[in-house]
Amino acid sequence: MSERRPRSFYFLAAFFSAYVLFLYGPMFAIYILSFQGPDGGLTFPMNGVSLVWFGKVFSGSGIVDIGAAFKRSLQLGLVVMVLTVVLSVSAGLAFRRSFRGATLLFYVAIASLIMPSIITSLGIALEFRLLDDFIIKSGAANWTTAMGLFTSGLGAHLTWTLPFGLLIMFAIFNRFDGRLEEAARDLGATPWQTFRHVVLPIILPSVVGIGLFGFTLSWDELARSSQTIGSVNTLPLELQGLTTTVTKPDIYALGTLTSAVSFLVILSALVVILVLQARQRRHGSDAGKGMV
Amino acid sequence: MTQDRKTFVAWLQAAPMMLVFALFFLLPLLFVTIVSAWDYNEYEMIPAFSLRGYTDTFEGCIADLPNLCTILKTYLNTLKLCLLTWGLTLLIGFTVAYFLAFHVRSKTWQIVLTLLCTIPFWTSNVIRMIAWIPLLGRNGLVNRGLEGAGLIKQPLEWLLFSEFSVVLALVHLFTFFMVVPIFNSMIRIDKRLIEAAYDAGASGWQTLVNVIIPLTKPGIVIGSIFVITIVMGDFVTIGVMGGQQIASAGKIIESRLNALQFPAAAANAVILLGVTILIISALTRIVDIRKEL
Repeated sequence: MSERRPRSFYFLAAFFSAYVLFLYGPMFAIYILSFQGPDGGLTFPMNGVSLVWFGKVFSGSGIVDIGAAFKRSLQLGLVVMVLTVVLSVSAGLAFRRSFRGATLLFYVAIASLIMPSIITSLGIALEFRLLDDFIIKSGAANWTTAMGLFTSGLGAHLTWTLPFGLLIMFAIFNRFDGRLEEAARDLGATPWQTFRHVVLPIILPSVVGIGLFGFTLSWDELARSSQTIGSVNTLPLELQGLTTTVTKPDIYALGTLTSAVSFLVILSALVVILVLQARQRRHGSDAGKGMV
Repeated sequence: MTQDRKTFVAWLQAAPMMLVFALFFLLPLLFVTIVSAWDYNEYEMIPAFSLRGYTDTFEGCIADLPNLCTILKTYLNTLKLCLLTWGLTLLIGFTVAYFLAFHVRSKTWQIVLTLLCTIPFWTSNVIRMIAWIPLLGRNGLVNRGLEGAGLIKQPLEWLLFSEFSVVLALVHLFTFFMVVPIFNSMIRIDKRLIEAAYDAGASGWQTLVNVIIPLTKPGIVIGSIFVITIVMGDFVTIGVMGGQQIASAGKIIESRLNALQFPAAAANAVILLGVTILIISALTRIVDIRKEL
């Protein structure tokens, strides 16, 4: 190909820019509108600029118990993140050898990923309902329910985050040079030492990426949570409920806050990944630097 | 270590994930299937065999012929939304992926621009839906702009809480699922093949149709599976963007659940699952997913 850009480049570049605008434009509209003045409505034009609606969200007036939902989502997101990272890395390592059920696990993970969320959600809800019935029939008359944020809710979120974690692990190990482990073994490292000092440092940037997926997918999860969370609500569920009732910009303020958390997490994950990669380059290969 | 021990360790490493899927995915699916064949009354399910969940769902389907019954109409409507979303996401996703894979030459720019497309995926879907309200509402930017330009006298009502806004939001939310697998297939195409086509005298269009599209097929199929399964089971986007007025396969299940008719909800879930599996198996005839990772 020549150095000069073909004409199709400009057409496609314009198309891509339009797509990015389409992606971000509406979101920025509500970020701006959340700073709407006290008398402002749900649409442009801005009627002054204020922080009134953020104050409303924080004080909880108008919107029910947002602080609690915020905290619940945060806690659940962190637990899901840790479990997603640990289980995905562990299973990713397993897939490098053959083991009984490897193919089955792979297809189950893919099925869990593309299963319509309402079906998974309904299934988990039924499972816990039947469990409750069983416990009550076995004599525990005071039993209320096993359903909750960190039982059924956590399970529902994991069915959504683990497939992503596993697929990322596949991508990592497809590019991983197995000779590095052999070298470590030849030098007398135990399997754990090999993992801890050779494999983990190399895959760490991608593992941070899995954590990023784990947290953000859980933080924003809605469809699978809908039937499985029990009596309390997560933040996305509260937000969805508000779409039909709220007529004031406080819903935008809440949206802006939720997005701010997402952006903060994305940004810190990217910074950590960049720092780790820079570190790898500094301490990395000395190939081509001559004899030491 | 012996070979046996090695595979045992591998099995132990995979066991926690297997356990999670067994408890929260496979077992629940089993319960959905079982409960779909249970009886129920106004407020609880009764563990006795009955096909009421299914017969209630298809009520009037034969009696009302030649008119379509509710369930068939709903499924046809869901399929229509699904096809529209699929076509649009494929068109946009392919073009975006093509630009990223073949026209962005520096690796750094490729990463930056891909990240730019990925970031919205990590933010909330509900917020990305709400974000259309100030643009498409009665007094939204679009209506004001059109009125200001003198093109319309009355605000357009069909912009929001309509099938139009549902498809728009679905495309907005899920084009990402097309871009990633298609891009992934495209960057693996050997650039020499394209040069060879060019040297053999193929025009840009001929190269696209005869070289790039066939080699990108796996990505297209994987992306299509994602988008189609999401839209077939969707009830959130259709609920919020349709103003809770548009029926869909997912919304039937949701409303049965809200009425505490669990066997009926489960029966509908089994039907939805069947339809989804049919579509996927038709698509996977075209490509072997496992080879593409």
